[in-house]
Amino acid sequence: MVEVRVENVRKMYGKVEALKGASLNFKSGAMTAILGPSGCGKTTLLRSIAGFIQIDEGRVLFGNDDVTELPPQHRGTAMVFQNYALWPHMTIFGNVSYGLRLQKVPEAEIRRRVLKVLELVEIGNLSDVETRKPAALSGGQQQRVALARALVVEPKVLLMDEPLSNLDAKVRQRLRAELRRLQKQVGITAIYVTHDQEEALALADTVVLMNQGQIIQTGTPQDIYLKPGTAFAAEFLGVSNQLEGEVADGKLTIAGQTVSYAGPVRGKAVVIMRASDIQIEDPAATPRPETMALTGILEESLFLGAHYRQYIRVGRIVVMADSADPRPTGAVRLVLPSEKVQVYGQP
Amino acid sequence: MTRRTMRMAGVVLAGMVIFLPLSSLVIWSFAEKWYWPHLFPQQTGLFYWAKVMQGDLLRALTDGFLIAIVVTVLTLVITIPLAYVLARLPVPFKPLILMIFLLPQAFPQLPVFVNSTTLLYQVNLGGKLGGVVLIHMVGALVFAVWTMTAVFKSVPEALEEAAINLGASRFKAFYSVSLPLATPGIIASTLLVFLYSLDEFTGTLLVGSPFVLTLPVYMYRTSVGYELQVASISALMLMVPGIVLLVLLERYMKSEYLSMFGRI
Repeated sequence: MVEVRVENVRKMYGKVEALKGASLNFKSGAMTAILGPSGCGKTTLLRSIAGFIQIDEGRVLFGNDDVTELPPQHRGTAMVFQNYALWPHMTIFGNVSYGLRLQKVPEAEIRRRVLKVLELVEIGNLSDVETRKPAALSGGQQQRVALARALVVEPKVLLMDEPLSNLDAKVRQRLRAELRRLQKQVGITAIYVTHDQEEALALADTVVLMNQGQIIQTGTPQDIYLKPGTAFAAEFLGVSNQLEGEVADGKLTIAGQTVSYAGPVRGKAVVIMRASDIQIEDPAATPRPETMALTGILEESLFLGAHYRQYIRVGRIVVMADSADPRPTGAVRLVLPSEKVQVYGQP
Repeated sequence: MTRRTMRMAGVVLAGMVIFLPLSSLVIWSFAEKWYWPHLFPQQTGLFYWAKVMQGDLLRALTDGFLIAIVVTVLTLVITIPLAYVLARLPVPFKPLILMIFLLPQAFPQLPVFVNSTTLLYQVNLGGKLGGVVLIHMVGALVFAVWTMTAVFKSVPEALEEAAINLGASRFKAFYSVSLPLATPGIIASTLLVFLYSLDEFTGTLLVGSPFVLTLPVYMYRTSVGYELQVASISALMLMVPGIVLLVLLERYMKSEYLSMFGRI
């Protein structure tokens, strides 16, 4: 169990700057999720911590040890890869025991520790792990073996690079819960890279949001979700409407319609409204206080399983709103509490 | 005509294309007397087989195999590390290096070999086994470098990273992960090189003659001497290793290797 710190880490790929000076503390014994769209530098940051990438500038520290110049073999991290990266020519036992063999652990202890960790990750039938090869397992089972292979060496840091994204939705959800339980049980410092906001929020103690090689925001899942610091954060963390607006004289204008606005932003603005926060009303209903209302034409209603998504045309733009029941097309009023409207100034 | 009869007709036609020319080789090898306009030999027997077994054929056979084995071993020793490096590490001028191996094949073979012969005689390797081995390796390295680079490319890099991540040295990761996974491909590539060397004719004739004798050269000599029976027998014998090795090759060659060629 060790705290991981990165200080002002920079990495260039040719002329592209993949990491533009990232500084961060990964709390000891906690699960930190690095969240961001593809190409945001999250995998580069993870691989820099593992030592697979030599950083151009900055430092990586495990506790008080500067590991910046240390090759990956000697860092004591263990990684779980997106495509499992199990060795197909070795048995399940061979895969999991590999790290211990390298450490020249006595054979009896290898056996004990491998079986214990395989039990921990709930691989199921332990009797044939010495004959079966990974290809005989399902994707979810393979990733459990990969996790066992990483945990058995008792690494200082567990690194996970989108470990669940190759699995189907049902297995993913179950493994997500198990990963969280395992991490708490073992108490290891874990860093988890994902592009899936739901996964990051569900798994992590701390969520780190990245975009274009920079860390945008760090906080608890609740903080990140409820108080996104930028328009990008708000947009990335949920199905949202991102609208252009303009603030002048305490009024916010969106698609030609004006609503009252008391916030600090002036001039051109980005307005974010979550589809799930918007309620749809009859335009003839009496307006409610402390709300923002826009009128439009409901054009389409799609059934998405958990709810219906309505598409409402407001002037030139289309706003999405979710509701439990379908609504007939025609004129509607969109209402949402004023505090749920997030307005960001345009840079 | 039904589908089945059409298929039958196809099989028969393919069989004729493959086996009719071969059957004439077989017939010739047993013919002791065969003059026009007879459809089959007037007199058949084992006379020429016996004659061949006493003559140079055995020397051609042993020399040919000796050369092929040496060529294969040397090519493997050079190619495995080279192909691994080309597949894994960011080598500068990678396309250029791969092109250099192709270059001798880009020109007409005869002038290339004639020039090489002159050169090899200058360094006292002309007409010797060593010279023939060298001229074979010019061609063998092309096959081997290109196929083995593709083979190592087909082993995902993450598999090695997973080993390094757990504390393995680069060499250990290569030895315990990439090499075993590349083995079927290495075997396939080895067989290709072995067959190439065994069947190589032009270079062997120019560099090795008259002192080095391999099966194809032996066959050529006998057929220009109008000893069609002897030529047929040596052709049949030359086919045997080819068929055996190609059956093996078919077992070890994987389609992934071919798909990797474009990505080298």
